[in-house]
Amino acid sequence: MRKCSLDNLQKVFALIAENASLYLPVDKVGGAVFEKWQEGTSYSNALNTVRSAKDFFFPQTENMMEFKTKGKEIEVVDTRDEHEDFVVFGVRACDVKSFEILDRVFLCEPVDSFYANRRAHGVIISMACTRPSETCFCQTFGIDAANPGADISCWKTDSEIFFEANTEKGEKLLSSIAALTEDTDEAAVEAQKAKIAEIMKKLPLAGITPDKFGGGKTSEFFNAPQWKELSQSCLGCGTCTFVCPTCQCYDIRDFKTNDGVIRFRCWDSCMYSDFTKMAHGNIRNSQLERFRQRFMHKLVYYPENNEGIFGCVGCGRCLAKCPISMNIVKVMKSLGGEA
Amino acid sequence: MMNNEALIPKVGVITDVRIDTPDVKTFRVVTPDGKKAFDHRPGQCAMLSIPAVGEAMFSITSSPTNTEYMEFSIKKCGCVTEWLHQAEVGQQITIRGPYGNPFPVDDVFEGKDLLFIAGGIGLAPLRSVINYCRHYRDRYGKIDIVYGSRSKDDLVDYKEIIDEWMNDDGINVHLTIDREQEGWDGHVGFVPSYVQELGFDTNKTAVLCGPPIMIKFTLEGLVNMGFDKTNVYTTMELKMKCGVGKCGRCNIGSKYVCKDGPVFRCDQIDELPDEY
Repeated sequence: MRKCSLDNLQKVFALIAENASLYLPVDKVGGAVFEKWQEGTSYSNALNTVRSAKDFFFPQTENMMEFKTKGKEIEVVDTRDEHEDFVVFGVRACDVKSFEILDRVFLCEPVDSFYANRRAHGVIISMACTRPSETCFCQTFGIDAANPGADISCWKTDSEIFFEANTEKGEKLLSSIAALTEDTDEAAVEAQKAKIAEIMKKLPLAGITPDKFGGGKTSEFFNAPQWKELSQSCLGCGTCTFVCPTCQCYDIRDFKTNDGVIRFRCWDSCMYSDFTKMAHGNIRNSQLERFRQRFMHKLVYYPENNEGIFGCVGCGRCLAKCPISMNIVKVMKSLGGEA
Repeated sequence: MMNNEALIPKVGVITDVRIDTPDVKTFRVVTPDGKKAFDHRPGQCAMLSIPAVGEAMFSITSSPTNTEYMEFSIKKCGCVTEWLHQAEVGQQITIRGPYGNPFPVDDVFEGKDLLFIAGGIGLAPLRSVINYCRHYRDRYGKIDIVYGSRSKDDLVDYKEIIDEWMNDDGINVHLTIDREQEGWDGHVGFVPSYVQELGFDTNKTAVLCGPPIMIKFTLEGLVNMGFDKTNVYTTMELKMKCGVGKCGRCNIGSKYVCKDGPVFRCDQIDELPDEY
């Protein structure tokens, strides 16, 4: 384990940024967002960013290819190029786990080369959560906020920052900043981990468990009477899907430019009425059906296809952002038989 | 070096357009150098697109045994299909695939008596299997084909059915149309009831495709006749964007119709949530 004084943090950022673009949470009017580090950019103390870190690998919109057309002829232009090397600093344990959930979708055959390209060029530095909040429930899904993982795990105290490499990529990056860090024992980090564990136990959502859900439970929950009440006020705005670190449904669209056509993909939401609409009909005509699809996917369908891993990381963004205060915790409680 | 990307299509050229019915045309597609775009198995699909218009999934209606080109029978019903219906020979489009699981023609179907039941444009995915089975005729038992449409003019592949299928030994074709029509002396009535009237040996393996309502009533009829759902296959259609099980549109239960389907056994469909 290595450490450095917080006074040296900007120097560490500067050194990392010499070889790769560095992104980190920065305070803005609407909350923290990931932004590219430049000299003087200061690291946010916010618990988490408003949007998740999925943008780094699965951006909200992404150009995929271009077409040139002339009369009846079409030329397909492969516009892919190697992504630049980049480092993301300050990713929380929940978002770190979300990358594994996204990997299982995008990196299974046939591999999504757009995602794989970004994934291969990105190094993730995580940060332990010293102040998890009332909307946090990562522990529901076995995630440890005190051991955030990824390529390098970090812990921040009032005066120092501690680094531990978990992967080859992480070791390489850590050795590149060795001049600014020093070896340390793990006493301070162990003390912080114990403190975090105490806070986690007292969180209001500490008792939520996913035990009643998982693969093979479709028939148990699909026709549950609770869906009606749960979905009744849903606006179908899709905010939950957009802030969700694991939602990965996308649309593919064409955009006409002056000299051709760009085909791009962009985030989409199963909460939207036209998501499954075809020329001759729609299999999910009501918001109840669309609402049910989103939660059944996270709690039943995804685990069924992924060895029991749930499609939720308990980041709490949907709890904070849903305009009608509906969320996956309420769904789990209601379907699970709690009030 | 970047690997191949499933979402980036090839260019295809429309080399022939056949008018099947007032709203169905069959398009022949090859690559610009005159070759078949890729190999496929019966029941698999391909994504066709026209830049700036859209991309949509279609079943490949020609048999894999046709090594020269692919055919797509397409009904005019939305943006992409309307555009295609205006396309002329020589028009380039884009094509990617093949997608999905095929019908089990090389194992389960071998040695079996086969019963194909189609309604309207539902013949498109079955034509690939039927012609595959005709090509390897000695691998399969008796073949019955029940095909119905609104009218005589709405029967897809009518010429091929009359000139080829009806002349094959060991193949019985039973055509029906919904309502009486001048110049039609064949059967009149809906597909599900015609299947009941004809009565079939329940040891046959059945393959269904057509409008959801036709599939529903035909399947009920077959089960009542004594068919086991494990011997009845169908092919599903849902909105698709990626074709490789990632964009989420065709997700139903834990399945993605584009990669786990579109071909399903009817007992497998019973395990899916009732959304279809």
